[in-house]
Amino acid sequence: MAVLTGDDLAADGIGPLICGVNVTSDDGEPHRAPVHPALAQGKVNYVGDHVAVVIAESLSQAKDAAEKVEIDYGVLPSVTDTATAAADGQQQIHDNAPNNMCYNWPFGDKAAVDAVFESAHKVSSLDLVNNRMVTNPMEPRAALGDYNSGTEEITLHVTTQNPHVHRLVLSAFNQLAPEHKLRVVGPDVGGGFGAKIFVYAEELVVGWSCRKVNRPVKWTGDRTEAFLADAHGRDHVAHAEMALDENGKFLAMRVNTTANLGAYLSTFATMVPSYLYAFLLAGQYSTPLIYSEVKAVFTNTAPVDACRGAGRPEATFLLERLVDVCAEDMGLDPAEIRRRNFIPVDAFPYQTPVVQCYDSGDYPAALDKALALADYDGFSARAEEAKSRGKRRGVGLSFYVEACGIAPSAAVGQLGAGVGLWESAQVRFNPTGNVQVFTGTHSHGQGHETTFAQLVTEQLGVPIENIEVIHGDTAKTQFGMGTYGSRSLAVGGVAIAKACEKLIEKGKKIAAHALEAAEGDIEFADGNFTVAGTDKAMNIAEVAFNAYVPHSYPEGLEPGFDENAFFDPMNFSFPAGTHVCEVEVDPETGVVKIIKYSAVDDFGKLINPMIVEGQVHGGIVHGVGQALLEGCQYDSDGQLITASYMDYAMPRADNVPSFDVDYAPTDPPHNPLGVKGCGEAGAIGAPPAVINAITNALGIKHIDMPATPENVWRAAQSAS
Amino acid sequence: MYNFSYQKVSSIADAVEAMQKAEDGKFVAGGQTMLPTMKHRLASPSDIIDLGGIDELSGINVDGDTVTIGAMTNHAAVAASSDVQSAIPALAKLAGNIGDPAVRNRGTIGGSIANNDPAADYPAAVIALGATVNTNKRQIAGDEFFTGMFETALEEDEVITSVSFSKADAAAYMKFENPASRYAIVGVFVVKSGDGVKVGVTGATPCAHRGMRLEEALNGNFSADAVDGVEIPVEKMNADIHASAEYRAHLVKVMTKRAVEACS
Repeated sequence: MAVLTGDDLAADGIGPLICGVNVTSDDGEPHRAPVHPALAQGKVNYVGDHVAVVIAESLSQAKDAAEKVEIDYGVLPSVTDTATAAADGQQQIHDNAPNNMCYNWPFGDKAAVDAVFESAHKVSSLDLVNNRMVTNPMEPRAALGDYNSGTEEITLHVTTQNPHVHRLVLSAFNQLAPEHKLRVVGPDVGGGFGAKIFVYAEELVVGWSCRKVNRPVKWTGDRTEAFLADAHGRDHVAHAEMALDENGKFLAMRVNTTANLGAYLSTFATMVPSYLYAFLLAGQYSTPLIYSEVKAVFTNTAPVDACRGAGRPEATFLLERLVDVCAEDMGLDPAEIRRRNFIPVDAFPYQTPVVQCYDSGDYPAALDKALALADYDGFSARAEEAKSRGKRRGVGLSFYVEACGIAPSAAVGQLGAGVGLWESAQVRFNPTGNVQVFTGTHSHGQGHETTFAQLVTEQLGVPIENIEVIHGDTAKTQFGMGTYGSRSLAVGGVAIAKACEKLIEKGKKIAAHALEAAEGDIEFADGNFTVAGTDKAMNIAEVAFNAYVPHSYPEGLEPGFDENAFFDPMNFSFPAGTHVCEVEVDPETGVVKIIKYSAVDDFGKLINPMIVEGQVHGGIVHGVGQALLEGCQYDSDGQLITASYMDYAMPRADNVPSFDVDYAPTDPPHNPLGVKGCGEAGAIGAPPAVINAITNALGIKHIDMPATPENVWRAAQSAS
Repeated sequence: MYNFSYQKVSSIADAVEAMQKAEDGKFVAGGQTMLPTMKHRLASPSDIIDLGGIDELSGINVDGDTVTIGAMTNHAAVAASSDVQSAIPALAKLAGNIGDPAVRNRGTIGGSIANNDPAADYPAAVIALGATVNTNKRQIAGDEFFTGMFETALEEDEVITSVSFSKADAAAYMKFENPASRYAIVGVFVVKSGDGVKVGVTGATPCAHRGMRLEEALNGNFSADAVDGVEIPVEKMNADIHASAEYRAHLVKVMTKRAVEACS
């Protein structure tokens, strides 16, 4: 039995938790980064903060002991409200963050934007909240540390989306162990949605304490701990304005956002409401000028970081709600105002006013397809029929562009990221002809084992059952950056394809030698190296055997059939889509029923359509959850009052209809596989589609998320 | 969960004896509230006396106009019972919409009413159908059984043996579910029989109750319109993050109207 505290951590030279992305504040200084000790020292800053660790031989023994740990708490006033966290007179959470400000980050030409607003034909504006979400992967976080005193190596099994990033951070910043003495293992992880990207206190403490007590130490979070201490998502309060001309063309947009980062900075917290948010505010429109100001604040709540979509759902919700308000103000159909403002098909690659240069897109094509799929023209008849039953129907459109395939290393480096975001692969033939594919990405439910094996089958012609995809263990795979930001196929898949190309090139040399032909005469297709114009051929499995048993082999060529490749993308990829949601509101109860949901997305080329459709479905459900059900709430004393599934409503099968999903693909020129990424699209497209449908049904300007029955009922009362 | 001693008894007499000997004993039926509470270390009974081994507590029996459901009969069995479905279909439907399949296959009618969660479904039916709660000591009238939030007329060593329901001319239960827990934010059970109209309301207040004002209006005119003029006292309603008192009071009327419509 052992009880360890922050003092023990500090005495062993273990560093505090860090945030890896710099954002420069408007005073020219870096963002304020308060020290984040893994175990609190003198002050706890949120319910869920880590105080001490109890190590025992059984869970119940540890819980009994934890109840006996006496902590003498003095109670300070708490700050939980996003909008007022930086107001004068608030309790100061961190000494080095005056007014609880992490940064105030302006972007764009304010004077130019203000001037356009001065003379605009019309200004539409909206205040809105992007509700805080608890990420809620199915499997809670867990960590198991095992120290080998003989080799002085720590093996840390952990629920992670990026084992090498965990190893790097724990090693370089927390001084847990040198990289070569730390193995991070986490191949089978039950969902992440962003929450398992980050390095958490529990993981550091488990890794450190197993060496300290020289016994394996295991921690498994329960659901309550997941609510309290997993990084949360979203939590913005914003004011948005659009300047329009008399034809409904967008002239300029101005956005003022306050983003709640919680009590401390989680690993990538600073970049979510800045680079992943403001740089997506152009959406699908050719708005020439955009000015954004983001105020990031500390509060006495759990840290907020990336959650499926990360910044892009917030940007899309704001923009698509604002455009609907513009349509209403201008007396235009919501589809028509978008058509008038779409980036033209012939304008790609398109440089937005907010840094990003979009790769490819055909937004009118997706809109046309989506309206047909949703039977948009038949809506008014359906609305009439619903009215005869005392119900109100509404239809909502949503259009998004997101930045996936994260990310070009040079670009993120310029922005202040502490890492490069390339990806790696190793494709290894064994002498008997089967293939092991090592990827630096990480599958925690995305089905990489299938998609990547398909990719290799397509490239190398090896039967899919002879391919094994391996990931999630720093002792097995080469360094990789992991999975988030819909990057695995668009970045990691390309690395695999490049390794396959290298194998084919080498295979041509080996086959040429064996078939007694010139290398230039060897063609490769469907797994066979053929001498052009002859029936002389050699299967790639035979080539692999020759490479490992090089009895008769090209002079000077290295033996072995095993290639590495790294890929650093030239640009982000920019998936886009049109989502159409039709709802029926029961004005008597406020219950919103989604009748029909149609999604037409551009993900580029699809490798496995079934997996892609599954991602779209899951993403939409995630977005519907945010729009209708999920609202993480703290009370003014800092207590999380939605800390279980009894109070925090997750979407279930009966909350959604069967989805109509289709695609309007374009070909991104810079991606060698022609792929874009699909994991976050639904969570980005759905919230504004649902809310736009509700506002349409009730004839109201806005309703905040989650649009709970009571809130909808109240809105219906005031509207009628 | 803290340590406790576990006893599985095979007769009511043994159950009572075990309870009398226990320092701080609890009967457990399906355990659907008890066990999660213990897991969270929010309850620490010294003894758990499991009623699951008492055969006579399970089963459904129809005798004339009376349907008697053994206390240990689970919700899934009530929902699937053709006897209950034909005698009091609204009761079978209610049972079939409690919780989720796991809860319905473990949770029992006796456990549900003994726990008397303010948002449970069964209490509305027990009240509105004028059920009789049979125990090892006595018979308790349905609308006298529920005495307060998580409180009942049961004594410490009293065991519910069964609940007897009378058939009605018409009955319907309408539930407005909490989107998270799927418990009733408001549930209204309306019964029309030779004795007139009875309304059982759950979820709305700290303890399930008879909707006397609603009954009065509906006895005069059994129609949804009759509910419009009834005033539901907002100050008596529960309020939480899911529903304010005002909204709950409104929902009581809406659910009543819909139950009345479903009766006709």
